[in-house]
Amino acid sequence: MPITVIKPVVSATEAISYVKDGASVMVGGFNYGGVPYTLIEALCKAGTKDLHLIANDTVYADDRHPKGVGHGSLVVNGQVKKVTASHVGLNKETQRQYNQGTLELELVPQGTFVERIRAGGFGLGGFLTPTGVGTVVEEGKQIIEVEGKRYILELPLRADVALIKGHRADRYGNLTYYGTNRNFNPAMATAADLVIAEVDSVVEQGDLDPNEIVTSGIVVDILVLKGDSFYATRT
Amino acid sequence: MLPVLDEELIRHRIAKRIALDLENGSVVNLGIGIPTLVSDYIPEGVDVVFQTENGVVGAGPKPETTDWRFIGAGGRCLTIIPGGSLVASDTSFGLIRGGHLDATVLGALEVDQEGNLANWMVPGKMVPGMGGAMDLVTGARRVIIATTHVTKKGAPKIIPSCTLPLTGMAVVDTVVTEFALFRFVDGELTLFEIAPEVTVEDIKANTTAQFTVSPDLATMKGCDL
Repeated sequence: MPITVIKPVVSATEAISYVKDGASVMVGGFNYGGVPYTLIEALCKAGTKDLHLIANDTVYADDRHPKGVGHGSLVVNGQVKKVTASHVGLNKETQRQYNQGTLELELVPQGTFVERIRAGGFGLGGFLTPTGVGTVVEEGKQIIEVEGKRYILELPLRADVALIKGHRADRYGNLTYYGTNRNFNPAMATAADLVIAEVDSVVEQGDLDPNEIVTSGIVVDILVLKGDSFYATRT
Repeated sequence: MLPVLDEELIRHRIAKRIALDLENGSVVNLGIGIPTLVSDYIPEGVDVVFQTENGVVGAGPKPETTDWRFIGAGGRCLTIIPGGSLVASDTSFGLIRGGHLDATVLGALEVDQEGNLANWMVPGKMVPGMGGAMDLVTGARRVIIATTHVTKKGAPKIIPSCTLPLTGMAVVDTVVTEFALFRFVDGELTLFEIAPEVTVEDIKANTTAQFTVSPDLATMKGCDL
């Protein structure tokens, strides 16, 4: 994919063709909200496998949603070999595959999860957090004492690809967000080699108020308009 | 034996008692389950700003029309109060870890007499993940626990030492059950209120943690549901 200042607006299928087997993939969203559903549907269809899924949660997969919701479907489809997340309790399949030993699971406190991504995107070698001190989270990690208080050294997290959900984009790739869909999307947009943004609409450069832009277009590579599936249209 | 109360009454009683414990002007994060109900019982004239970990400061009640672009931590639709704001997850957890929250209300699997909390996993059985709980107990000024007094099988949940993996070490400030309110005073678990149906002896018989009884022991507020 050549890097251009004016960002290509392509189909979800084309955008997802740049995600290779074995890739680490960050996916924005919290629970139902702010998930790039159209990109995920294309990734499910492409059947790309051995993915390292980096997402706050694995959305839903239960008796009511046996095929999974959002990136929960990637787990149901067996396309994921490792999950890094803060919560997987609503996706029974994630827990089942983990208990069966076929899925690697790294659970990270949510604030540490997003800060590791931020560190990855912001050029930091890590950060010191009090979260998890005295719990299993500190196991195997360096503890650093600063002014008498214990902190865990947490390391940055980056990915090959980030799939994010924005509200409006201009052709420079600048993004706005809507409601609670913002969540992890702006941090993830800074922390991957290839950033693909699914958006509600694309406008010409100059048509977004710079005051409202949250993600600068310089970190976004490809734009995809959201599709018309049930979850894509309601988020 | 503790008296048997209706399950809904238990949930609402605990939520109401905690609501009465929140100070005017405080910023509070509510966990899922019983804690979610706390916002229904904030008394007239008390202003509490509810924060959700996924980015709302100033979360309001359920909307009349569903808009899935505004959800809370439990995945249900919410409104934003006038004056509320939206932030991304990194800022949300900056607010949480940075000491900008006055209180968090969370559920528990176990609480112990040292103020340790376990509420995120049962090894070999349940591995849901800690979500934002570890950051919340680390950063919020007060950690208020909403829990039934005993498990479904009748085993005490307020115990000498947690056996499950911890969420946080020495973090708990207040524990509210359907029968009692405890606070940690100078690191010591202290019984302050009991429900009208029980005696201190009943509480002692169903609480294996060591605790002292406050000289100001009173009937639990909010039991008039």
